[in-house]
Amino acid sequence: MTGDPNSSQDNLQDIRLGHADRGFVGKIIRLDALVTGSSLSPQELEQRLVEMGFVEGARVEILHEGTIRRDPIAVRVDNITIALRRSEAMAVIVE
Amino acid sequence: MTTASLRLALVGAPNTGKTSLFNSLTGSRQKVANYPGVTVERKSGGFVTPEGRSVTVLDLPGTYSLRGRSPDEEITRDIVLGRFDGEAVPDLVLCVADATNLRLTLRLVLELKRVGRPMMLVLNMIDIARRRGVTIDLERMSQELGLPIVTSVAVRKGGVDELLKRTDEFLARSHEAAASQWTTPTIADLKAAQREADRIIAAAVTLPTKPDTLTNRIDSVVLHPVGGLVILAVILFVMFQAVFTWAQPAMELLSDGFSALGQLIHDVMPEGWGLLQSFLQNGLISGVGSVIVFLPQIIIIFLFILLLEDFGYMARAAFLMDRIMGGAGLHGRAFIPLLSSFACAIPGIMATRVIDNRRDRLTTILIAPLMTCSARIPVYTLIISAFVPATTVWGFVNLQGLVMFGLYAAGITSALTVSAVAKFFLWRDHAPAPFMLELPDYKMPRLKSIAIGVFTRAKMFLYRAGTTILSMMVLIWFLASFPTAPAGAEGPAINYSFAAMIGHALEPLLRPIGFNWQIAVALIPGMAAREVAVAALGTVYSIEGGKEAADQIGQVLAQKWTLATALSLLVWYIFAPQCASTLAVIRRETGGAKWMVVTFIYMLALAYVASFLTFNLAQALGLH
Repeated sequence: MTGDPNSSQDNLQDIRLGHADRGFVGKIIRLDALVTGSSLSPQELEQRLVEMGFVEGARVEILHEGTIRRDPIAVRVDNITIALRRSEAMAVIVE
Repeated sequence: MTTASLRLALVGAPNTGKTSLFNSLTGSRQKVANYPGVTVERKSGGFVTPEGRSVTVLDLPGTYSLRGRSPDEEITRDIVLGRFDGEAVPDLVLCVADATNLRLTLRLVLELKRVGRPMMLVLNMIDIARRRGVTIDLERMSQELGLPIVTSVAVRKGGVDELLKRTDEFLARSHEAAASQWTTPTIADLKAAQREADRIIAAAVTLPTKPDTLTNRIDSVVLHPVGGLVILAVILFVMFQAVFTWAQPAMELLSDGFSALGQLIHDVMPEGWGLLQSFLQNGLISGVGSVIVFLPQIIIIFLFILLLEDFGYMARAAFLMDRIMGGAGLHGRAFIPLLSSFACAIPGIMATRVIDNRRDRLTTILIAPLMTCSARIPVYTLIISAFVPATTVWGFVNLQGLVMFGLYAAGITSALTVSAVAKFFLWRDHAPAPFMLELPDYKMPRLKSIAIGVFTRAKMFLYRAGTTILSMMVLIWFLASFPTAPAGAEGPAINYSFAAMIGHALEPLLRPIGFNWQIAVALIPGMAAREVAVAALGTVYSIEGGKEAADQIGQVLAQKWTLATALSLLVWYIFAPQCASTLAVIRRETGGAKWMVVTFIYMLALAYVASFLTFNLAQALGLH
């Protein structure tokens, strides 16, 4: 939403989960909550993501998308499904 | 442990079936209240173990960690740590986990272990896990965690037998709580704990090669960007049909029953007992009756809400509505409570308990009374039929229907606006809770658990009707009945009462919005329930009751009021806090008078300004 999440992208193969399309399957490389459109502080956002199971190495798959601007998204994280907004998913770097 | 009653606390992540477990342990022996000063529900209950020991159970708010990100989670943390005032530290912590989904709970278990309380892990929904081919090496897991583990099927008869047995075994030994080593976890701690949890799962759990696809198949239909919204609309349509049509016979029965009871008292009371008779008939019976009439609607709404919640659909509805509601600063989960408020704001406000975040919940509570509840309908129809001609506009639209639609639309628009404003001014300094929630696997709802839930809500509602609401009704009756009319007085008795005095006193204030003193007087008993204002208008304009009373009131009003006054009153009814019961429920649900006062003042201000504008605009346009 705000900021330019692409600017902090350091590897061409790494993308932010918030940019991924439905059907995307990948693995979490790391969390980077510094530049997102989220209203939470980077630290708080990272903590919440970890609490919902977004940790390095977890397999992620985007299962569903919302109606308006394809937001929010439903993400399979290993064997649980989490719904979140794309602005928060920007903090999840996947490959 | 030699204490008379063991204190047990249930802790767990959301969607682990913690509430089902609580329901099956305690049955209907439950008490639902609020923790002092906060909007958090305190659920407690009791049971007796097979060996005859009595146990009290506290169902703590669901949480993913002890970090305490919300008031609910703070309560869980503080009680577990024994730092919550007025709440004894639990003797035994039962950490409830969904056996099909252990990742997040095991991390919580590791965190809870640091607290040092005697603890047991309950693997709930073990039947579903086994059916899906999940095998858990209980011995290994227990060894790795250093905790006793029991399995349970909370929703099945006998599914908690092992838990009861183990509780007895636990009680037979003595237990020392270790000193707490818990500190607020950092991100590194959380990640380390998650890695440890994943290691234990890898060591003790064998997951099926083929994952459960049923949930995914349902979701591909239910969460479809277009189809999902259509399904949601159909579900809501059925729900509202049910609320209005199924409840109708029961409501009429209750309403007739209360009038018959009132009439009976009227008839059997001897002459000269007028005051007591009036109190019983008009104050007590019709006052409480006018609220209890809504019980069938409340039961049906909660039946639907609890069914959808248990099935796992509520989180999906929140997913579908998140962006749509989010534009107004509302949480996706606010959708169902707000829709329920179209029937009556009381169950709507009670249903806001599905919203975890306190601020989101308060915003929803604040705007719920703006939704056009069914009690406004009699007032709207009376004024519309008296003042708006039943002509057709634009070829096919009934003008009266259009005005009615406009009143509904005004309610919704203003609610969304108030929410956006509240988000901006009240919560500006707080980061809004992000939308991040688990979409649990679908589960067949268990009727017993649903029945207990509906029963608990109905009991709460009746308790309120019997206490707070009753006292308001008595006050309003008192104002409308005292002092009594002097002998030989002309006109209706209410014209001599405190209500009339207040009405006259308020008249100068209400004149700018086009209200006369008769309207001011009618608004006072209208506080009991909005539709009572119709009857009260009839009383002040000395119209004899009866079947055609409403028509007569309409005719009289059409002669006595200008169109500007009528429009102003309609607009007043969109916004005004004209319902003592709703205010009482807000006070109960928010755990204090503060938010009730806030609601009352903002709605009153909104009503006054809107009526003022309407009246003066209408007059300027020459609508006399």
